[in-house]
Amino acid sequence: MTTAAVRTTPFHSRTAALVRGHTWRHWAGYVVPASYDLIHDLEYAAIRGTAGLIDVTPLFKYRIHGPAARALLDRVVTRDVARSKVGQVLYTPWCDPEGKVLDDGTVTRLAEDLFRLTSAHPNLRWLHQNAVGMDVVIEDETYDTAALSLQGPAARQILNLVADRDLTKLKFFRAAETSLGAIPATVTRTGYTGDLGYEIWVANDRAEALWDLLIAAGAPHGLQPTGLLAMDVARIEAGLILIDVDYVSARRALIERQKSSPFELGLGWTVARDKAPFVGQRALERERVAGSAWALRGLVVDWDALEELYADVGLPSQVPALPWRTSAPVYVGGRQVGYATSGCWSPLLKKSLALAHLEAPHAAPGTEVEIEVTVEHRRRRALATVAKTPFFDPERKRA
Amino acid sequence: MQIARVWDAIVIGGGHNGLVCAAYLARAGRKVLVLERRPILGGAAVTEEIFPGFKFSVFSYVVSLLRPEIIRDLDLPGHGLHIVPLESTFNPLPDGDYLATWADSEETRRELYRHSPRDADAMQEFGRLMQRMAMAVKPLLATEPPDPASLHPRELLAMGRIGKHFRDLGERDLHALVKLMTMSSADYLREWFESEALVAAKSASGIIGTFLGPRSPGTAYVLLHHYMGEIDGVFRAWGFARGGTGAVSESIASAARGFGAEIRTDAAVASVIVKGGRAAGVALESGEELRARTVISGLDPRRTFLELVEPADLPSDLVAAVERFRFRGSSGKVNLALSELPDFSALPGAGPHLKGAIAIAPSVDYLERAYDDAKYGDFSRRPFMDIVIPSMIDPTMAPPGKHVMSIFVQYAPYARTGGWDDRSREAFGDAVVDTLAEYAPNIRSAILHRQVITPADIEAVTGLSEGNIFQGELALSQLFFLRPAPQWADHRTPVGGYYQCGSGTHPGGGIMGASGHLAAKAILADGGR
Repeated sequence: MTTAAVRTTPFHSRTAALVRGHTWRHWAGYVVPASYDLIHDLEYAAIRGTAGLIDVTPLFKYRIHGPAARALLDRVVTRDVARSKVGQVLYTPWCDPEGKVLDDGTVTRLAEDLFRLTSAHPNLRWLHQNAVGMDVVIEDETYDTAALSLQGPAARQILNLVADRDLTKLKFFRAAETSLGAIPATVTRTGYTGDLGYEIWVANDRAEALWDLLIAAGAPHGLQPTGLLAMDVARIEAGLILIDVDYVSARRALIERQKSSPFELGLGWTVARDKAPFVGQRALERERVAGSAWALRGLVVDWDALEELYADVGLPSQVPALPWRTSAPVYVGGRQVGYATSGCWSPLLKKSLALAHLEAPHAAPGTEVEIEVTVEHRRRRALATVAKTPFFDPERKRA
Repeated sequence: MQIARVWDAIVIGGGHNGLVCAAYLARAGRKVLVLERRPILGGAAVTEEIFPGFKFSVFSYVVSLLRPEIIRDLDLPGHGLHIVPLESTFNPLPDGDYLATWADSEETRRELYRHSPRDADAMQEFGRLMQRMAMAVKPLLATEPPDPASLHPRELLAMGRIGKHFRDLGERDLHALVKLMTMSSADYLREWFESEALVAAKSASGIIGTFLGPRSPGTAYVLLHHYMGEIDGVFRAWGFARGGTGAVSESIASAARGFGAEIRTDAAVASVIVKGGRAAGVALESGEELRARTVISGLDPRRTFLELVEPADLPSDLVAAVERFRFRGSSGKVNLALSELPDFSALPGAGPHLKGAIAIAPSVDYLERAYDDAKYGDFSRRPFMDIVIPSMIDPTMAPPGKHVMSIFVQYAPYARTGGWDDRSREAFGDAVVDTLAEYAPNIRSAILHRQVITPADIEAVTGLSEGNIFQGELALSQLFFLRPAPQWADHRTPVGGYYQCGSGTHPGGGIMGASGHLAAKAILADGGR
């Protein structure tokens, strides 16, 4: 029996040289750095303070073109692709016929009839199933295209140092075809941190050159290679959900209750009201009228409550060193009304945060709930308050 | 006819504690005015562009334990505060070696093992004991100190709680605590560690801001203060503020304004107006008079009691206590604009050691000799230095590729024989650079600009009496119910409606904000109008 080596990204020669503690994380069949240093604090600080450089190559990427490209995407996703302009990026989920979320990602309109779709799970079969009879070409470029995410307040300044044109005017969720150094690249003002940031898409064979270029230009501005742990903290602060962690793809769910609609994931804003028919549309229109059973919300765990629980056993308060993604029950009046799916200690906000699925009647911001916490091996409940997300939403993200 | 406005509260001094106090009062709906003498806010927590393109945290240079509840209550991150942790320490040694500690405890253990395998183990036990000690003492810091001499039931109850608290510690921990309260840091550490470099490095944290040497009794307790920080280490609240320490003040000021507080700069207060034993407002140096129901001084105890009000209006024992309150500024500051990073012979290159704290404290003898110079009236020829390079973490502090270096220097006695003038200031700066150059020879040629600050300068610019960075020494005799004076440790004063909120009050010290917060609580508890 032969075993193929685990897949590495085109940046591996560069990232592997910097990962000090063999701290890698599996992502869609690849390994990418979980953190570069043994402690990820300074990588997180870079995302919020200077800029972090994150290898996001493992995202699935599809190039969709031809006369019916737009129609195919409009049939699949919940956003209205017809209304998007060339150079626009849409964040969107897509659903099964029952209106339950299969996946979420971005659609970038690179030309009138040319799009790039990114996703967390493979979607080639789903796209083909929906393209029957359509004049459209679907190319899986997942393994041909490398991607870096440049995130943080200094991201724009660093990018402008290497771009062949000024990207200052590139707006939030817009794309530009440009050259960085001599490297042809697509730059999108997107990311998974809720901060000022860009994602840069290049052919695999230009990946190392891109890395070297950005590091050389960015180092004097505090650019820091950053792993997934730090990005996980940032995405929770930004209230951005993660498939397989905060929700189960309807494609992988074994029972109905594991599935969620966009409304139930806080993505109601992505369900276009008056667009061409799309998969799940009827079910979603019904849900829009009838209301949803669940809502995904932020929780802020009350610090004093947590401190008291620790004081009960004679300990100073502790906070998790790493973002967590185990399920934690949420209660109101002793009855379970939901569950938190991920959370972290926010080093910036000095708050303990969580993302939680709550029964709709208990989801109004400001509602007081209790979340299960384990204190010295005992299951306890700490007061928490339902909050709108994002928890952290700096002006620079859109400015 | 215009009727003069009456403020609910006027805060004298826009330092971080004054701003915290104002923010909490404004949050509670009070109409608050902050008056700052200087054109910029922050007191000793300011960022200034002293040399074009280079921003210095001119005085206070790290955020030490800004209370997490203050950060949350005032939503300081929403007002721009971002604290980046200081994770490592690096002490170059004269023999060409170095002693470092790192963010990861196993990496630190491996480094200590290099110096002494026994010390590497001892560090774990020492850390655990100190953490238990800090847990024992910390509850006292978070509350208003009771008056042990009072027979008021509330005070007796509070004393009783403290008594029980210590009885519950158990014999062994209580003994350890008594040792900590009475010993010198060097002696105490020597009981634990054999490596000279390690004892010296840890001793140094027992002398910062004091006019004491590592062999002076009482310094061991200051070590414990350091470990209070480690308990709060989970908060990651100890480090650099992006934009320098001035950014801390700016964020608090922004929060205070958000709650409706007004803040005036270039508004020096000459005195507090007292009518019928009650504070009624303030008189500015400009002659303007402002009326208020409550007046809060964020200044140090000497200015609060002996300058802003007439000592004749105060009980004579309070006046005597404040007159005896020790300031004795003992530290200075050298801020450098650098064309390149320092290259330490002991660990060349721009490694991660430059992102943390760097100290010149190679041996206990070295530190004690530095103290000897000061004891006899001069600055240390070879001083203790606590160095950070904020531009390593926040490159916006300097032009790209360039750096700013902040050097906290001890000892530089306020009462230097012969006083401080331009010549002695520069001689002091030379001593600092010459000493540093022994460890990082490229430093001299890398200096683009040098700002030297003596205790006399600290006093002249910030108003801190005798240039004491803590508004009065952090010595056992000046802490808790003795800070700043017996019976007046609860942020109140004998003058009705006149309060104190500076670092010279309990718990004091560093950019914590706790004094300002506790003062606001006291004012609101009194009905604060």
